[in-house]
Amino acid sequence: MILKAEKLSREFIRESRGTNRFIAVKETDLTVEGGIFTVIMGRSGSGKSTLLNMLGGLLEPTSGKVSYDSVDIYGLSDGELSRLRNGSVGFIPQGQTALHSLSVIENILMPYTLFREDITEAEKYAEELMERLDIAELKNEMPSALSGGELRRMAIARAVIRKPGIIFADEPTGDLDDENTETVFGFLRDSARAGAAVIAVTHENTASKYADRVLRMTAGELQG
Amino acid sequence: MSIFKSLPFRNIAGKPVRSFVLVLLTALLSLTVMGGSLIVSSLRKGLDSLEARLGADVMVVPYEQATKTKIEDIVLQGSTGYFYMDKTFMDKVAEREGIGEISPQFYLASASSSCCSIPVQIIGFDPETDFTISPWIKRSYGKELGKLDVVVGNDLNAFVGDTLTFYGQECHVAAKLDKTGTSYDTTVFANADTIKALIQSSLDLKMNNFSDIDPDKVVSCILINAGEGYSADEVVNDINLHVKKVKAIKTKEMITGISDSLSGVSEVIGILIAAVWILGVVILLLAFTMSVNERKKEFAVLRVMGASRRKLAAIVLQEALITGIIGGIAGVLLGLLIVLPFNSVIEETLKLPFLLPGAGGIAVYSAAALIAAAAAGAAASGISAFRISRIDTGLILRGEN
Ligand SMILES: Nc1ncnc2c1ncn2[C@@H]1O[C@H](COP(=O)(O)OP(=O)(O)OP(=O)(O)O)[C@@H](O)[C@H]1O
Ligand SMILES: [Mg+2]
Repeated sequence: MILKAEKLSREFIRESRGTNRFIAVKETDLTVEGGIFTVIMGRSGSGKSTLLNMLGGLLEPTSGKVSYDSVDIYGLSDGELSRLRNGSVGFIPQGQTALHSLSVIENILMPYTLFREDITEAEKYAEELMERLDIAELKNEMPSALSGGELRRMAIARAVIRKPGIIFADEPTGDLDDENTETVFGFLRDSARAGAAVIAVTHENTASKYADRVLRMTAGELQG
Repeated sequence: MSIFKSLPFRNIAGKPVRSFVLVLLTALLSLTVMGGSLIVSSLRKGLDSLEARLGADVMVVPYEQATKTKIEDIVLQGSTGYFYMDKTFMDKVAEREGIGEISPQFYLASASSSCCSIPVQIIGFDPETDFTISPWIKRSYGKELGKLDVVVGNDLNAFVGDTLTFYGQECHVAAKLDKTGTSYDTTVFANADTIKALIQSSLDLKMNNFSDIDPDKVVSCILINAGEGYSADEVVNDINLHVKKVKAIKTKEMITGISDSLSGVSEVIGILIAAVWILGVVILLLAFTMSVNERKKEFAVLRVMGASRRKLAAIVLQEALITGIIGGIAGVLLGLLIVLPFNSVIEETLKLPFLLPGAGGIAVYSAAALIAAAAAGAAASGISAFRISRIDTGLILRGEN
């Protein structure tokens, strides 16, 4: 899958600052191909999450366009874009995202069960993923019983359960120890090796060891 | 995947307090509809049955009695007050114009009886002329009543084939009437021969001083149907004008009093239902709005996984329908539990004839209450569902970490 962003930007209205319009992401061009692990680094508030959300189809850009395999995603209907997100995009948001009424395995399988799809095959893959991310023994626990790092790894498994062509990860190692940080970046790199286009946002310097390409974000500007 | 494992069910089970409040609210809504409609319809049915049972256009009673007590209390609520007039009035009235059918009735009180702890009302009728009770007895019994045969009202603790003793006289229960919701439910009907035997027996046993009342010479009231071409009003006026010492009353008028208090009660119940509903729906709206705010993040996460706006709305609606249906059923059951066992208490309190609808009617009201409650839940959640569908996923994910 090829992801392409052209002249992508996003402004926010801010009442408190002097100017009303605040440009969180300045006009950005970006192309990410399958098989490549891209890491975006940058200071807090530099616009990384805003950019990632736009790339992932979760936030409408102020200008510009995002296309997956030349399909303009913001030109799709909500239903079409949602389908695309469900099947082709794995998104690991910043922060905690567990569904608290569901167990760990049910959380991970949610992209299937949301549409009442058969899960017998997926469940095997889910177990494999949990094994890789070192949360296998938590399979039937409820999220309230998990630590922040364990929840994060659950969210990663959930994002990739459908073997998406594009994977976005926003601070995927935010609350992980060193060992697990290595595990997660290793996992993301392997996902890229398997063919996915992977984009991760992080503060973590170790990420560059795994990345094929490192980009910097400074005050809304993406630099190679 | 089993339906009970689907997300709406899991969300409901996962938030027991929130779900309980929603169920409770919808239960309250369906309870008011169920209880209210059951009571109102029972009162209506009681009135209808009363109208049918009275079966006469005009009732003639002794004049002084009409001024002393409310006749309708005696007739409709079985208050034990008894009055008699000379049988010659029967002939005087019968001579008037516009009389179609005419038949006397004779009231007797029994202070003690083997069936009942309360005094029952005994009504004697004349099988030759009677047009109000006989058709009805014929339907439940199939033949004419013989001497010492009695027909009992539905609330009396006596059954066909039983023997009841009044004033030491054994009577045979020939039939039991259907429930009417009126004083007829606690009345015993007998023909004039039986009444005479009862009075004689009471005199023999010195149980009562009925010596001055002879069913051959006195009657309690005279029932009349207007003849062809005459209205009840004309008959009433004619009798009141020309026959002294009696008072003719239009039976419809007796019912008017009841029907007035019935509409009063219905109105109060209607206002009560409306108040509970307004309050309930407002609280439901608030509850759903609050829960959407609280659950924004959860919905954003579902969006990330590929749920469309419609899908989210469907989940919210399904949750509301599930709690609505559970609450609705609970309310219906509660309504039945309150109204069915206590229907006699309600009747006592309201002092109105009260006749529960049959199983079919109850089923219809249950369904209506259930649908109303579930629909209220769904409608209240609809607004929330719409708000959720406006949610901008990217913004929410950023906002709450
Ligand atoms: N909805 C919004 N309204 C107003 N300003 C916003 C909004 N979303 C983001 N911003 C602003 O845009 C800038 C970029 O935000 P963004 O979340 O993309 O930063 P980030 O690089 O992901 O930071 P962090 O590393 O802390 O997650 C910030 O200055 C933020 O205040
Ligand atoms: Mg961020």
